[in-house]
Amino acid sequence: MQWGSLAEFVAMGGYGLYVWISFGATALCMGGEVLAVWRRSAAAAASRDES
Amino acid sequence: MSTTGTNWFKYSSPQAFHPLAGRLIPWFAAAAIGLSGVGLYLGFFVAPTDATQGDAYRIIFVHVPAAWMSMFLYVMMAVWAGIGLGLNARPSFMMAQAIAPTGALFTFLALLTGSMWGKPTWGAWWVWDARLTSELILLFQYIGIILLRSSIDDLRRADRASAVLALVGVVNVPIIYFSVRWWNTLHQGASVSITAAPSMAGSMVTAMLVMTLAFWMYSFAVTLARMRCVIVERERQPSWGKPAAIPDVAEAR
Repeated sequence: MQWGSLAEFVAMGGYGLYVWISFGATALCMGGEVLAVWRRSAAAAASRDES
Repeated sequence: MSTTGTNWFKYSSPQAFHPLAGRLIPWFAAAAIGLSGVGLYLGFFVAPTDATQGDAYRIIFVHVPAAWMSMFLYVMMAVWAGIGLGLNARPSFMMAQAIAPTGALFTFLALLTGSMWGKPTWGAWWVWDARLTSELILLFQYIGIILLRSSIDDLRRADRASAVLALVGVVNVPIIYFSVRWWNTLHQGASVSITAAPSMAGSMVTAMLVMTLAFWMYSFAVTLARMRCVIVERERQPSWGKPAAIPDVAEAR
């Protein structure tokens, strides 16, 4: 392990902004997609029960 | 289930595929979560800092898997579209439909994380080099296919039209992949290939491959879940499953 402290880890050798935006955006997009598909399947299941 | 063996063809019908997908999704989802945990640990705590790029290179652990998935999912979508056109198989078209949004998402992420990497290492968010431009075109292709489908009300026509568009566009995938070899690009060449030893440290490659596997499992889970939605949504279409629809179809051809 090359990180001496949490602050060092967050700083990512000065590239923290770029690294965390990349990982954050990826996590957000994936989470958002899962949520969207989940809601879509809930809506589909609800419409199926109606009929 | 019969004891004489499983007839896998039965899963090509939406009615049988729907519950099968439902059973598979939790496994793929669990694998995706587990593998991304391992991959992130390896990527942030085991892989060393790069000598020339510092810690900015760690973007590779999401950038490369996203870029690979963007191309792989496009090929998968085109294959299902081709099977759909060739066999006139509705479930194949539905599979292609289910893959498209996830492919578009990964293309967007590849571009976004790429620009996050480009700024600190090249000094530019974006350059019009062959790799970046062809990947941007891939994003437009995905969007075009999704929009074309949604703009046609007749499901059968929407299926066929978007399948043709997907098939024609598959020519861009080898262009993206080989762009770093065919042209003199700012984007670096492949760090990992089947024919040569990887040009980076073993722990970096391992972390990247584990993350790729995680993205793969994620893609399976999400596209299967979307496929289930598509099946139910299409079931609701008036033309689904009624015997009366068959003469209508015959007449329309």
